[in-house]
Amino acid sequence: MSRLQKQLADLKAQGRRALIPFITGGDPAPAHTVGLMHALVAGGADVIELGMPFSDPMADGPTIQLACERALAAGTNVSKLLELVREFRRSNQSTPVVLMGYLNPIEHRGVAKFAEQARDAGVDGVLIVDLAVEETPEFAPLFRQAGLDMIFLLAPTSSEARIRAVAAVGSGYLYYVSLKGVTGAATLDVAGVAHKLAEIRQYTALPLAVGFGIRDAASAAAVGQVADGVVVGSALVSEIEKHAATPEVLPALLTAKLGAIRKALDELSV
Amino acid sequence: MVYDYAQFPDARGHFGAYGGRFVAETLMEPLRQLEEAYARLKDDPAFRAELDRDYAHYVGRPSPLYHCERLTRAWGGAQVWLKREDLNHTGAHKINNTIGQALLAKHLGKTRIIAETGAGQHGVASATIAARLGLKCVVYMGVDDVERQSPNVYRMKLLGAEVVPVTSGTRTLKDALNEALRDWVTNVDDTFYVIGTVAGPHPYPMLVRDFNSIVGRELIGQSREQIGRLPDALVACVGGGSNAIGMFHPLLQYPEVAMYGVEAGGDGIETGRHAAPLSAGQPGVLHGNRTYVMADDDGQIIGTHSISAGLDYPGVGPEHAWLKDIGRVHYVSATDAETMEAFYELTRREGIIPALESSHAVAYAKKLAPTLGSDRHIVINLSGRGDKDIFTIAKREGISLT
Repeated sequence: MSRLQKQLADLKAQGRRALIPFITGGDPAPAHTVGLMHALVAGGADVIELGMPFSDPMADGPTIQLACERALAAGTNVSKLLELVREFRRSNQSTPVVLMGYLNPIEHRGVAKFAEQARDAGVDGVLIVDLAVEETPEFAPLFRQAGLDMIFLLAPTSSEARIRAVAAVGSGYLYYVSLKGVTGAATLDVAGVAHKLAEIRQYTALPLAVGFGIRDAASAAAVGQVADGVVVGSALVSEIEKHAATPEVLPALLTAKLGAIRKALDELSV
Repeated sequence: MVYDYAQFPDARGHFGAYGGRFVAETLMEPLRQLEEAYARLKDDPAFRAELDRDYAHYVGRPSPLYHCERLTRAWGGAQVWLKREDLNHTGAHKINNTIGQALLAKHLGKTRIIAETGAGQHGVASATIAARLGLKCVVYMGVDDVERQSPNVYRMKLLGAEVVPVTSGTRTLKDALNEALRDWVTNVDDTFYVIGTVAGPHPYPMLVRDFNSIVGRELIGQSREQIGRLPDALVACVGGGSNAIGMFHPLLQYPEVAMYGVEAGGDGIETGRHAAPLSAGQPGVLHGNRTYVMADDDGQIIGTHSISAGLDYPGVGPEHAWLKDIGRVHYVSATDAETMEAFYELTRREGIIPALESSHAVAYAKKLAPTLGSDRHIVINLSGRGDKDIFTIAKREGISLT
């Protein structure tokens, strides 16, 4: 069982929801990323999704697009990002790290090489936003051989056939996109999410995390009623945007922001 | 190797190693529905009849095949012909595709269409057909392009479209495409995304090609009638590559017809300031398909440079990527300077003001013609007219028109 699978199984056994924060690696500059990752753990992160900056993040909203632009302008690239994970792993061997990004930088490096280097750096899983399950036959074995979990997205538009296909290839968890839209969108329809998650659970026993539109304790608690985990991304990244010029204040801010969400989720448990 | 070009893309939308469907999950089902609807409608007699009627009476098809006698004499070689897509309603080949896609939108019950545009030709063609069919239309356009193509921006607004300037990334066509995809993923229930070129996720490269193939189909009949046989060479500019594929595709099966796709060489391929992924890029994944892209050492997409907004794109249609690899089409480039020279030459020798995009094809034909005998025939796809570019040209000449 991988570190990611074990972490999520343990949480389930304890009746707790997984809290999965997302930040873009290298934002506002690579020097801050490891500190921010530790701050997320201090705030109660169970899994960290670390964004791999890409020049054309077409599934993301303006908040994360700008984060990508800041990170790239500060010299972040794939090699640098893997170094940052390696550095994080020196003092944290327990919190799984999932890299979330787009295919081109990975394919440019070579998928097999990337998978091995990521594993060696201490990465646990990958979520490639623009890699649909239909295009994975060549890729999935390479990630599996490297021992990396492949996390896939499901959406309100996903048909039964697609849910089955994704459940057959995905591992670790499935990431349900709560709404039709890009990251950072405002509206969250909890009843709709509950309905779709129930449908998805007919076809898979994988833990279901929900993201897009979760920005505070209240929205996290609402989604936590029906999901195994919640992903908080743009709400954290917009803090980084606001304080990019004074990054020294960010660790305490992110710990506090995530801590409030952690508390709300833990009150759901038991 | 002999290919049956009609069998591509395959069922998964692949042209060899290229094409496919690389988008976020939310769009996978809408794309499948579009593929299904297109498969059902493309051979439906009523749909075809509606399309053919629009091509004839709204676009003004067939577009003429015109023999450039003075240009032929000046270049001293092959006979030079123009396929006059510049004479279409709205002034470019783009309307061939937007009419087809808007009809699909109508049949799918969508009430709103969105489009991305670079030079503005596709935006104008989308706004035009939206006005005619009573659809709401939103066009995404990079702010740099809004500035250099201001006449087209105004035309779109006159036609009732909303033009959204895009300030992210490099502020050109690729960023407009990102923004249109974001809009689509958010409004997928009532919105049809009218992609302007043979790129994007399957089935777009196929259906945009099919709608533009009217150009090549007409050319086969016209050249048999006017030349007495098929031409020896076809030349077309390639940004995303829709005008080129439209002319090439119906003739791919005739090995005696040589084909040249002309990319934007900008300041010259060797300077790195160009928009020529087939000439100087490598395979990658961008905007939903695998194709040749311009990227840096880390796989980040890099900014492009071209005098023509319509070719200023770091990717290219996946079918072109495949046609390059199998060697069926030759991909070459023309620099900004060569393009300007060709622009003036066609304007003054034939009284036809070409779009800067199409002027790239003219520029390459000028190199090709003298290498061939006068019994050989070259057809250039004159994909658009140059009225939209007169401000850019005037600015280069140091003249103010306002």
